[in-house]
Amino acid sequence: MGIFGFFNKEKKESLEKGLEKTNQNFFSKISKAIAGKSKVDEEILDELEEILITSDVGVETTLKIIERIEARVKKDKYLNAQELNKILKEEIVALITETQQNDPTQFELPAHTKPYVIMVVGVNGVGKTTTIGKLASQFHQIGKKVVLGAGDTFRAAAVAQLKVWGERAGVPVIEKGMNTDPAAVAFEAVKTGIDTQADVVIIDTAGRLQTKTHLMNELSKIKRVIQKAMPDAPHEVLLVLDGSTGQNAVVQAREFTKVTEITALAVTKLDGTAKGGVVIGISDEFKIPVKYIGVGEKIEDLQIFHREAFVASLLESKS
Amino acid sequence: MFKTLSNRLDKAMKTLKGQGRITDVNIAATMKEIRKALMEADVNYKVAKEITDKIKDEAIGRKVMIDVKPGELLVKIVHEQLMQLMGGTTAEMNLRSDPAVILMTGLQGSGKTTFSAKLANYLKKQGRQVLLVACDVYRPAAIEQLKVNGQAIGVEVYSEPENKNPIAIAQNSIKWAKENNKKIIIIDTAGRLAVDEAMMTEIAQIKTAIQPSEILFVVDAMTGQDAVNTAKSFNDRVNFDGVVLTKLDGDTRGGAALSIRNVVEKPIKFISTGEKVNEPNSFDIFNPDSIARRILNMGDVLKLVEIAQDAFDQQEMEKLNKKLRKNEFDFNDFYSQIQQIKKMGNLKDIISMIPGMGKMLKEVEIDDFSLTPIEAIIQSMTPKERNNPILIDGSRKKRIANGSGTSVQQVNNLIKQFQEMRKMIKKMNDSKGKRFLPNINPFR
Ligand SMILES: Nc1nc2c(ncn2[C@@H]2O[C@H](COP(=O)(O)OP(=O)(O)O)[C@@H](O)[C@H]2O)c(=O)[nH]1
Ligand SMILES: [Mg+2]
Repeated sequence: MGIFGFFNKEKKESLEKGLEKTNQNFFSKISKAIAGKSKVDEEILDELEEILITSDVGVETTLKIIERIEARVKKDKYLNAQELNKILKEEIVALITETQQNDPTQFELPAHTKPYVIMVVGVNGVGKTTTIGKLASQFHQIGKKVVLGAGDTFRAAAVAQLKVWGERAGVPVIEKGMNTDPAAVAFEAVKTGIDTQADVVIIDTAGRLQTKTHLMNELSKIKRVIQKAMPDAPHEVLLVLDGSTGQNAVVQAREFTKVTEITALAVTKLDGTAKGGVVIGISDEFKIPVKYIGVGEKIEDLQIFHREAFVASLLESKS
Repeated sequence: MFKTLSNRLDKAMKTLKGQGRITDVNIAATMKEIRKALMEADVNYKVAKEITDKIKDEAIGRKVMIDVKPGELLVKIVHEQLMQLMGGTTAEMNLRSDPAVILMTGLQGSGKTTFSAKLANYLKKQGRQVLLVACDVYRPAAIEQLKVNGQAIGVEVYSEPENKNPIAIAQNSIKWAKENNKKIIIIDTAGRLAVDEAMMTEIAQIKTAIQPSEILFVVDAMTGQDAVNTAKSFNDRVNFDGVVLTKLDGDTRGGAALSIRNVVEKPIKFISTGEKVNEPNSFDIFNPDSIARRILNMGDVLKLVEIAQDAFDQQEMEKLNKKLRKNEFDFNDFYSQIQQIKKMGNLKDIISMIPGMGKMLKEVEIDDFSLTPIEAIIQSMTPKERNNPILIDGSRKKRIANGSGTSVQQVNNLIKQFQEMRKMIKKMNDSKGKRFLPNINPFR
């Protein structure tokens, strides 16, 4: 197999030039590489490998994609770059778990669960609080009654941060101040949601690295305590991943899944040059759908995730 | 999914052992494994390629393939190379001006605010008069976050909650610091993306306005491939002096560190672990060795390598190497090499790594893998014969066969193969370390 065949063409280009090259459009590169050829050769695989690896897709998933392309092409044969590009997109899209949403273009909540409880988790600084603020605003705008729970009672000024977002979105924030029991805050928020007949309760939690066992176990506890207020809650556990994170995101997904069953992913900071390709492998391995993407710091900078659009942007350059 | 590099090398080496022959395919496969391992550790694609090339050159230069334990020597070389790329020495901050101004910058969520407080605490503990300045006017409650941190470590925080102009706040803070006898000013700024033109212009303007003596680029150690782009963009705009790696208390492999170092050639100065700003061990001076180990996920593997190398008698090895280089390899060396190998145990695995041995063993067809006939033959030679095998004529062969309880045919075989082995060593030497096998061209 000609994958990672870097011994074949040792172009002595400077790193800087190389980086520039990465920013070139994948499609045009592929077009050049396959001009006049009828099968996928080293050169094409090299280009593919480069674009996928530099998008943080990871070695294993890249190999998987390339294998699938090779198998597909053997069967279907392609005629031009357009077709190869199409095959490629289809194969990558197929790896990403689908969301069970009725209308994937709109922010929506399941009709018969009230309140719909969302618990938001992730490592430090990925954008949990910001995503909650944006989500609250979206739900509020479609006429839903929203309650937020300030469950990050640990990081300095985290409660104050969520309160600002609550004000911006125009929704109430349940809080017990800093250094209080996050499980108690979560319980209170769900309870308030039930009492006030809210449509959705979103609970913020402190960022935690997956290596901190006691903090990870705290998440299980928060979940259990929420269930005392509402037995089938939380209905959604949203793991927020920073789009610029590399392969450690896979470990994050694995470890957070162990302590709370993750049901959905949000990928943030995709307004930068990072591509967030690591979610492809994560979605594939853990069968978790990606629901939202963060594309900025403003309240409207949250979008519903689209597999096709995401893959397209992965294969195109942004700059 | 995250196989350690040594596991990977073991795998590659197993293929090699299985074939009992060292070819260009083997070494290429090994280099591919190294490169894959680096990329899995988030080392940038291009950087991984460059590094692997360097490792390859080094491996060739040090004749890895004629080493008794090529896999382990290779891991060692990889580690050394990573260390070198990471910059061997620790770099100090420039705090000479009065007051000295340290400007923090980086992406959103990279850990600037937390690290600013840790750095302030570190400097305060050295007896300096430190001031923290809150210039993140955008993120909700960012100013308050710095204030809380400042309080936790007992360092004053300068802020202007009503002022939305970070350039002005930074300038005012310096004036305030001079009036209040603060000697070091640490300026926390808002996180920003390299593609955000307005925000990048802003940080450049802050720099121009306050002329900091030290600019630190703060980066999350979990960052993936994009680390190079971001680091390069920030460096182009503000020409920072050093890098801070944060969140190393996680289990990220931290390949971004290597990529950044490679692309901007600025030293990594500090590492940050943990969320608590007043814990002394949550802040550290950067140590290239530990990050190199981390990227390789080696832990104590390196130590094991060293132990293994010690077990293999260093002096004997050096003597042998010298002789190999001078084409003086004789039956004495052959014999002592066999003894060395026996000392290390696990003969079958190691033996095929000795040039020529794999092939020889196949032809001799020793089922239970016994070196005894070879040893016996060599022992039956006179010292002169061992030094100079050309002396061994027909009658001497008969004598040796009798003495060792073997046949003349077996003695002939051994001598023939020994000569082939010498020829090969000579060829290797002639190629002056450029290639392993002159007639193949392993590296196109
Ligand atoms: N550019 C950009 N920044 C973001 C995005 N989401 C969050 N951030 C920023 O990332 C930083 C950390 O966000 P925060 O919500 O506090 O993370 P948390 O610690 O997970 O709650 C803040 O500076 C946010 O403004 C996004 O989609 N794009
Ligand atoms: Mg938060």
